[in-house]
Formats: sequence, structure tokens, C-alpha cells
Amino acid sequence: MNIPYRPIALACIALLFSGLVLNRAQAGGGHYYAPVADPMVKEECGSCHLAFAPAMLPASSWRRMMADLGNHFGDDASVDADTAARITRYLVDNAADTGGQRFNDKLMRGVAMNNAPLRITELPRWQREHREVPDWEWRHKEVRSKANCVACHAGAERGYYDD
Amino acid sequence: MHHTLITLISLAAALLAGTAAAGPRDDLLAGYAAAARTASPAFAGFSAARGKDLHTRAFAAGKADTPACTSCHGQDPRGPGRTLTGKSIEAMALSVTPARYGDPAKVEKWFKRNCNEVLGRACSAQEKGDWLTYMAGQ
Repeated sequence: MNIPYRPIALACIALLFSGLVLNRAQAGGGHYYAPVADPMVKEECGSCHLAFAPAMLPASSWRRMMADLGNHFGDDASVDADTAARITRYLVDNAADTGGQRFNDKLMRGVAMNNAPLRITELPRWQREHREVPDWEWRHKEVRSKANCVACHAGAERGYYDD
Repeated sequence: MHHTLITLISLAAALLAGTAAAGPRDDLLAGYAAAARTASPAFAGFSAARGKDLHTRAFAAGKADTPACTSCHGQDPRGPGRTLTGKSIEAMALSVTPARYGDPAKVEKWFKRNCNEVLGRACSAQEKGDWLTYMAGQ
């Protein structure tokens, strides 16, 4: 039997290429972090600030953060024990070094996974990506906080953090 | 004359519908009233005026960046507020956000957090009742 190697090989290459492009497009040019899908986690973590994507921090960070909600960056964000346990499970399951791995992109570069960093804005990659943002822009009345991703990233709620 | 009557009837209907839908909120207020009575036998009901004062007054014992409820909720209870991280907060006025105050656990959660942040202490049952009465009437 005469197998047409050339067309098959070409088709495979084309398929592989479009797969790569599609993957890239879905991932928003590598700046996609799957948003929180659990309604309860979204409600509890998203009433004061954007419910940050679990893939933005390693599991150790989420565990450490959830253990001290009474002093959450200076605020009282405490919830009852059952709620806390459920939120923790979701965040840990979808963290940068667990289920959320395929979304974490290069954000975990230079981050020791067991070091439990608490601020996404202190990750080396985050700082590098934002190094050109001048001080006055951070202080702008529509921005005010580095936790206010949506001020500049209009698609942040849906997981897109392109420029 | 007819108009006044119709207005009155529809007002009464609206009020009835309001009370019928306000089960958990009424229970919450009744609970605060009972606690306020226990705390002070002189308790004579909640006051929307006191609630408004609590909502707008600046306190010194809380956190510096949130001296008053209005620091985040805004001056107008019927308008939206904004958290320090820029997130929009739906209006506190019940007329604007009718879903509010229907979940007692949620109300208590926010009183606990926000009283600590703004007043630097827990709110009393009387204060909670006054405040809720104020917002329910807005």
C-alpha cells in the first residue's frame, strides 16, 4: 500500500501550528489567569477587591493567607470556619503549583513555591511587568491601589490581564 | 380625590408587599431590639436619625483611612460606594438595592468587620438597629 507520507506530515504540522495559535489566543497572549469559578469563593473574596485568580499564588500562600483572615493585610476579613475551609480548598486546588499550573504562565518565575508569598504585587514577574507604570498613575483616583487590577486591565474579571 | 385614593391604595399595597417580603429583616431588627432592651431597660425603639448620625459621623478610634461608614459607602446612601481597592459597592439604601439585609449572617459579618474598622470596637445592638432602620427607610 502506498501511504501518502507528505500530505499526512503537512496536515500534522498545520494542525499542531493552529493548536498552538489557538491555545495562545485562548490564553490571551499568555496573560490569562482563570477567574474564580466558585460562587461562594467569588462572593467572599470578591466583595472588597477583585477575586484574584488562584493561579496567581502557590498553594502555600493561600494556606498561609486563609489562616490569618482576621488580619488580612490590616483588615478584618474573617469568615466562619466552614466557609474558610471551603475557600481554602478551592484556592489550594487551583493554585499556581497545583490545578492552576497551566495558567500561571511566567508569574511564578523566581518564586519559591513553599515560601508562601502573600502579595501578588511583590512577585518578581509582577513587578517587572509593571515597572513602567509611573507613581502618579498608581495614585490616580481611579486606581488608588495596586490591587485594583480592573482600573487598567478591563478584562481582569474574566481573567484577561493584557495591557 | 380619586387620585389621592388610588395613590393611597397603591401605597398601602406597596407597604404590604414590602412587609411580606421583609421576613428576615424584621426578625433581625426584632433580635437587635431584644438585645438593646436587655442592655438598657430605657431602650425605646430604634431611630433612623441616630442611624444616619452613626453612618455619617467620623470616628477617631478606628482605622485612619476609614474614619466613617461613608469613607467607602459614599455620602449618599442611595448612590454606590467604593472600597479602598477601587471595587464598587452597591447602594446601602434598601430602596435602591432591595436584596440587602435579607441574610442575617451576612449582615452580622459586615457589622463585625466594619464596626471594628470604623469605630475601633463592636457596634451595640442599638447602633445596629438604628443603622438598619435608617437604611431600610432610604
